[in-house]
This record gives sequence, C-alpha cells and structure tokens, in this order.
Amino acid sequence: MIKASLNARRLLCPLPVIRTQDKVKQLKPGDQLEVICTDPGVMQDIPTWCRINGHKVLETSAGDHEYIIILEVGA
Amino acid sequence: MTKQRKAVALISGGLDSMLAAKTIMDQGVHVEGINFFTGFCVEGHTHAIRANNKAKPKRNNSLWVAEQLGIKLHIVDVIEEYKDVLINPKHGYGAHMNPCLDCKIFMVNKAKQWIVENDFDFIITGEVIGQRPMSQRKSTMPIVAKESGADDLLLRPLCAKNLPATLPEREGWVDREKLHEITGRSRKPQIAMAEQFGFDDYSQPAGGCCFLTDASYSAKLVDLWKARDGDKQYDLDDVMLLKVGRHIRPEQNFKVIIAREEGEGRFMQGYKKEFITLACVSHPGALALVDGTPSAEDLFLAARITARYGQGRDAEQVDVSITGKDGSERVIQVKPLGAEEIPQEWFI
Repeated sequence: MIKASLNARRLLCPLPVIRTQDKVKQLKPGDQLEVICTDPGVMQDIPTWCRINGHKVLETSAGDHEYIIILEVGA
Repeated sequence: MTKQRKAVALISGGLDSMLAAKTIMDQGVHVEGINFFTGFCVEGHTHAIRANNKAKPKRNNSLWVAEQLGIKLHIVDVIEEYKDVLINPKHGYGAHMNPCLDCKIFMVNKAKQWIVENDFDFIITGEVIGQRPMSQRKSTMPIVAKESGADDLLLRPLCAKNLPATLPEREGWVDREKLHEITGRSRKPQIAMAEQFGFDDYSQPAGGCCFLTDASYSAKLVDLWKARDGDKQYDLDDVMLLKVGRHIRPEQNFKVIIAREEGEGRFMQGYKKEFITLACVSHPGALALVDGTPSAEDLFLAARITARYGQGRDAEQVDVSITGKDGSERVIQVKPLGAEEIPQEWFI
C-alpha cells in the first residue's frame, strides 16, 4: 500500500478536487492519499467527490487556515 | 440481451443539466457527468475566498448535483485550451467578454472526445431553445452539433421534441416520446419538472455559471489586456485576482488591488512573492497588491490609496509598509487620499 501526499495549498475549488482526481488515477485500490489544502471548500467537495466515485475518506482535520483530508482509494 | 447504452451529461451545477441527466437516467441509460473547469467558473471560487460568505455553503454545485443524481462526475481542467476560445472566438462575444457559442461548441467537442476515449454512446446537455440569447437559440443548436463534431450524438432532452431526432432517438436507445419540448426563458417548466423528480434544492445562478457574463469582471479583464499592450495571454492567477478586491488604476503602468475584507486579504497574502504588497502599519487596514511596473512616485501614490481604505483614512499621517517581491520591506509615511482625490475613472 502506498501512502501518497498532495499539496493543494492556494488552489481554490474545484482545482483541489481536480488535482486529487488526477493523483488518485495514479494510485491503486487501498492506497492512501493525504491532500493538504487552504480552501475551506474542500471539506465539502473532496468528501463529496469521494462518495460519488467510490473512495473512502479516512480522516479530515482543520488547522490554522489549512485543511487536510486523508482518503483511501476505492476499487 | 440489449446493450445498456451510456451517455455523458455536461453538468454545470444548475437545474437544467440536472433535469436533462435525470430524464435520460430514467430511461435506463447509464449516465456519468462531466464538468469543464475553464478558470472562469463561478462555482466555488469567490465564496471560498470571501470570509463574509461564511454562512453560505461552500459546496461545488456540479459535485452536489452528481451526488443527488447518484452518478460519477469527471471534472476536467481545460484552463489552457480555453484561452483560445476566449481570445479568438469565431462567433464573437455576448454582452460582455462571454464567448458563449464558442464555449458551448468547445465543451461539446471535448465531451465528444471523452465519449470516444471512454466507450460511451452519446452526449446530453441541458440546453433549451431560447433560454440564452447567444448560445441557446434554435439557429445555434445545429451549429453547436456540427462544429463540435458531435453531430447527432448530441441529445438535448429538455427540448428534443423541438429538434430533429438524434441518433439515440432514431436507434431507440431513448424514447423520444418521453423527452421534452421546453422553449424560452421561463423557468416554470423546469421548476415543475424538478418538483416531479423530487428535487427541492438546486442552484439557479441568475447570470449563468461564468464570470465572463459579468460586466464588472469583463471590464477588469479588458483593462488587464490593455495594460499589457494588447497581449491577451493570461494565467490562472490573473483570472483569480480579477475576482478579488477593489481594482484601482491611476496610471497605465500600474494598478492597486485592495482587499475588501479579511478573506480576500488572506487570499492575497499568497501573492506576496509575485507582487509588491502594501499594508497600513500604524492603523488597521487592508492589504494591497501593486500590479505592473510602478515608479517610486507611483508607489507613494499607491500607499496613499491604500491608506484611504484603512481605519486611518482621516488621519494626518499613516505609516504604510512596502514589501518587495524579494521580501525587502520599508515603511513610508503618507497622508491618505481623500475620497474626492480618487477620480471615478480610476476604478475598474
């Protein structure tokens, strides 16, 4: 299992979703991806994108204007 | 066994594309959504930037629509390719800098490429004859189909009965009788259909889903090109910054972008390495970026403008920091410009 990371800071939605989508295409089912963003909109958009595309959000956290989402790539 | 046909629906996040997709899904066709990000999409951006919009949900409506429909959504970054559509629109612009007809042709063409690559059968859009003055007229419908290369693989379920039958209808992949014949700008048929489908929450942006239909945004874009001696190239940061702040151009060689509130200021902080930044230090005030090639005298004027939009606007003297792209900082003292000293034509 690969644990990958994606820096999507300064990008505004939907670009963090697009970058996540592109990165996930390079991964395999079961791999994990950590996405680090500054747009609060990702807290809604990336989980929605995961739900409709069959991926699982493992963890979300919000810090000092930074938002982190860890997801597991679905089949 | 009959092969299940597959369609890709252009999903803007608005009601029409949602209804079009649902109409076809209900006929047993497998539908997936596609959304093209041009850089000018209203979705997401501005409400993500501005702190005073915190109460509004920061959802991306195309994703939300896909979830309501229970379909996959493919979001495609077309920022680079879209430049040619905006800069050289074959069919010209609408009321502002909106190349709506060329844009629709471009997107349907991209969808055509996508169905070929992904083994899908046809394309759905939420177009309605007479809905938009430039791109959704009876005369432009065949132009979009022909110039996009989609031809009769392009099905508009909401107004299909007013148009010649497309391949999916002729082949029986969909039942033409169950399609619709909506025309005109009234939203009543769509609202009634939404009720029938049980959709009680949907987005209906008054000016469409593109910043290029906005007069103020278009004026800023034209100003940007003019200031660059007519060079119409742009990058995503240009496009983003036109959505943020007050834009004040005292001279051709520079403009000042002043944050209007906290969220914009925070967003603009991210551009400190690309622009000279100004900020009031003796009084609370907004962050300002200076775009262009300002002289020392211009920077002094920019500092006076910046001070005008801080809480020291009525003070005799305000300290303003000037930070270069390299991070070097100096502080100057200025008298804030009075409201009457900023000519209206400076505001873009």
